[in-house]
Amino acid sequence: MPPRYGVLVFPGTWSDADWLHALEGPVGAAAEPVFHKETDLSRFDCVVVPGGFSYGDYLRPGAIARFSPVMEAVAAFAGAGGPVIGSCNGFQVLCESGLLPGALMRNASLEFRCQPQRLRVERAAAPFTEGLREGEPLSVPISHGDGNYYADAETLARMEANGQIAFRYCDADGAATPEANPNGSLGNIAGVTNEAGNVLGLMPHPERAVEELLGGTDGLRLLRSLDGALRERVGV
Amino acid sequence: MAVSQETLDEIALSREEYDLIVAKLGREPNGLELGMFGALWSEHCGYKHSKPLLREFPSGGDAALARAGEENAGAVNIGGGLAVVFKIESHNHPSAVEPHQGAATGVGGIVRDVLAMGARPVALLNSLRFGPPDDARNRYLFDGVVAGISAYGNCIGVPDVGGEVAFAPCYAGNPLVNAMCAGLAPVGGLTRAAADTPGDVFLLVGSATGRDGIHGASGLASRTFEEEREMRPTVQVGDPFLEKVLIEACLEAAASGLLSGMQDLGAAGLTSSVMECAARGGTGVRLDVSRVPRREPGMSPYEVMLSESQERMLLIVRPDNAEGVRRIFERWDVPVAEIGEVTADGMALVRDGDALAAEVPVAALVDAPQYRPPAARPAYLDALQSAPSPPAPSPSEAGRILRALLAAPNIASKRAVHRRYDHEVQTRTVVKPGAGGAAVLRIRETGKGLAMAVDGNGRMAYLDPYTGGAMAVAEACRNVAAAGAAPLAVTDCLNFGDPRKPEVNHQLRECVRGMADACRALGVPVVSGNVSLYNETQGEAIHPTPIVGAVGLLDDARDALSAAFGGGCAALLLGGAPGASSSDRDAAALAGSEYLAVTHGTVAGKPGIDLDAEARLQRLLVALARARLLRSAQDCSDGGLAVALAESAILGGAGFIGGGLPAGRWDAALFGESPSRAVVSCAEADVARVESAAREEGVPCARLGATGGDRFVIQGLVDEPLADLAAAYFGGLEAALGK
Repeated sequence: MPPRYGVLVFPGTWSDADWLHALEGPVGAAAEPVFHKETDLSRFDCVVVPGGFSYGDYLRPGAIARFSPVMEAVAAFAGAGGPVIGSCNGFQVLCESGLLPGALMRNASLEFRCQPQRLRVERAAAPFTEGLREGEPLSVPISHGDGNYYADAETLARMEANGQIAFRYCDADGAATPEANPNGSLGNIAGVTNEAGNVLGLMPHPERAVEELLGGTDGLRLLRSLDGALRERVGV
Repeated sequence: MAVSQETLDEIALSREEYDLIVAKLGREPNGLELGMFGALWSEHCGYKHSKPLLREFPSGGDAALARAGEENAGAVNIGGGLAVVFKIESHNHPSAVEPHQGAATGVGGIVRDVLAMGARPVALLNSLRFGPPDDARNRYLFDGVVAGISAYGNCIGVPDVGGEVAFAPCYAGNPLVNAMCAGLAPVGGLTRAAADTPGDVFLLVGSATGRDGIHGASGLASRTFEEEREMRPTVQVGDPFLEKVLIEACLEAAASGLLSGMQDLGAAGLTSSVMECAARGGTGVRLDVSRVPRREPGMSPYEVMLSESQERMLLIVRPDNAEGVRRIFERWDVPVAEIGEVTADGMALVRDGDALAAEVPVAALVDAPQYRPPAARPAYLDALQSAPSPPAPSPSEAGRILRALLAAPNIASKRAVHRRYDHEVQTRTVVKPGAGGAAVLRIRETGKGLAMAVDGNGRMAYLDPYTGGAMAVAEACRNVAAAGAAPLAVTDCLNFGDPRKPEVNHQLRECVRGMADACRALGVPVVSGNVSLYNETQGEAIHPTPIVGAVGLLDDARDALSAAFGGGCAALLLGGAPGASSSDRDAAALAGSEYLAVTHGTVAGKPGIDLDAEARLQRLLVALARARLLRSAQDCSDGGLAVALAESAILGGAGFIGGGLPAGRWDAALFGESPSRAVVSCAEADVARVESAAREEGVPCARLGATGGDRFVIQGLVDEPLADLAAAYFGGLEAALGK
């Protein structure tokens, strides 16, 4: 049995279908949508919190979705060490839920940005980035209006010390310059993990970079890395 | 006559039309009845001045599943059991009054038109026109419109894959916001918008009904307006989140097989939605407005029936299916209300609880009078068409002019706009906005590709309405063909001034005639469309601006071409300018060009098009892509050959060195905009095969030069670092906007 992914669907989520396609197609895993009213995640090896505008981003992105019935189950799943990956709005939901440190504010440009983006891999570690090389720049697109990552100095220092910074925005040479920062994120941060390392949030969309026809497969490398770790776990 | 002129003015009906209503009913209508007539007999809903003209368009074709006027949007069979559903619509006046919400609700409305067919919306495009960006108000309108499209489109998860933005003084008081949506549906799963079975019930789903947008159709969309403040309450506010949920719930309902029909609520709200369904089904309706969920207490039946509150859909279901449909919407937490039923008697009966509110024949309501006002050739045409072209500047100016054109807001990269729209969600986008004249989407189920483009050139239509109409169709289809797709069908939005003015009416008629001829020549039907008249301010009409959205099919999405040059390739020009002598050709090429406008400050000349040559070029482009002989292809239009070459070079990051230009004036050769041409690149080894294919199709083919290096060189005229041209091209729009 290949690893099983549960892909959350809140009202207003729109990357769910793209994740299901990426996982069932190029990755070759089993995946199914999980409606926000469900409360049982026991059948999954990994939970995906996809992008979109859950509840219209009303109040703040992710601020209402965190109260969905399914999020209690996600917290329990993560608490038991289960891998959870949130992208775009999913990252925002995980921050609002307290499963990840920090917050995502309005882009510094005050505009939505949908564009190709380079990300530098900061840490190659299971379960998410084991199969990637530290320091290598990946090309994974972004599409968001609120991706400006912030954490207070103390939290940030702790995260750096714990190796919780997963990805930084960078240029083609892998340098995390201000020009390469699309949204004003502190330290060019594009993705972070929790302290235990089993919850990852990132603003870019790896599920959009899984086919050459659509412009690249660096997202697939990240997903295959995750899938490899899951296969080891479930003993495939 | 009890009715006051003030009342008639409010609903934009004439005294004669009122008398016609009285004659049809055999009595005076009450207030609600009159309001319903006003809405359905508005220009926006009733097409009073355009219906006879629109019949000139070819509407059929073997693959057409739903034709213009029959349903909410056109549908074309694309094989593999799938249909593409698409339509374009204007939201000009709401956007002039409140740009953000006007544009946002324009997107919402066109998405619901496609949704009503049971199709999943998969792409948005838009065509925008503003006054010059050096004016603060025009910048405010531009920013607001782009922000509104961005906010709404991004939230609903439908990629905005392309379109065009242009600036000209005539749009200063009256911007154009035309939004196109395309969707995919199973051929067998298309839903109709006909209430043809008496006993079926109407379910109203989505947003509660409020006091917003009343008289949007009759007031805002169907006449000129001067005092924007008074109109503000007629613009609605969109809720894209609810729209997204509505999309999912409606598609689930359509897939369940429980629906008899589905219709969106757009202009004139419940009135037009219900009455058009009944008219299509040849039935009557009984409605109870007291069952319509309201946003506030105390709303009159008139307000409920004419509200244009957004994010509402009307479902027609058999009574024993109602519970199943209700459960789908409740799962998505979308309110559902049963508000009435289909009857057999052909009457529109509206009650408010026990009280009768309106009772009129459906047939009378939807039978708006039709007008064929007089047309007269505009006096300006002769003078402008015969005006001599300004003398050519010194050839030493060529490089400077090219840079200026690349930076001109009408030509410069629209990256600053495209990156504010999510253009990749749903992971279908193969050719992304700005990479070519058309966007290409991959169809996951079949591996085929859909190319889409929207185009129109008001300046050309102003100088020659017939040619401008034909050119709009030709350019949209040419862009699709350049991407490698065979054009399937088009949708159109006719943006004109007040059709009661003979000169405007001439423009409208000639434009439609040119479009219809082009459609026939290219073998594409018009499957849907929209008419926006009364685009005037202070009595001045906009340039006649027909906007055409074209959709084409690639058998294999991997054959899709962008405009970006491959490196180390040969660059060729396919097609050539029509015209007897070279001086005639030069004059026609320069007519209405961006070059004349930017460099000489002139809009003049008489453009021309050879539709047969156009059809041959398009067939050639599709065949070459299918044979995988090309590395890039790009339509040659705004800014002419030099700009097309430079854009391909900039996008491909490959320089160009060449010459081999057509004879005649150098400025006409470089910057003339004669249609029916394309710039392509191919491997050197394939040049002979491309040339032979062109010969067989009877299309002129000229080798222009080679790609590669970091300079852009047209021998004897231009020699510029590619990086400088790229800086002009990518920085032009932001510079013009003062950003």
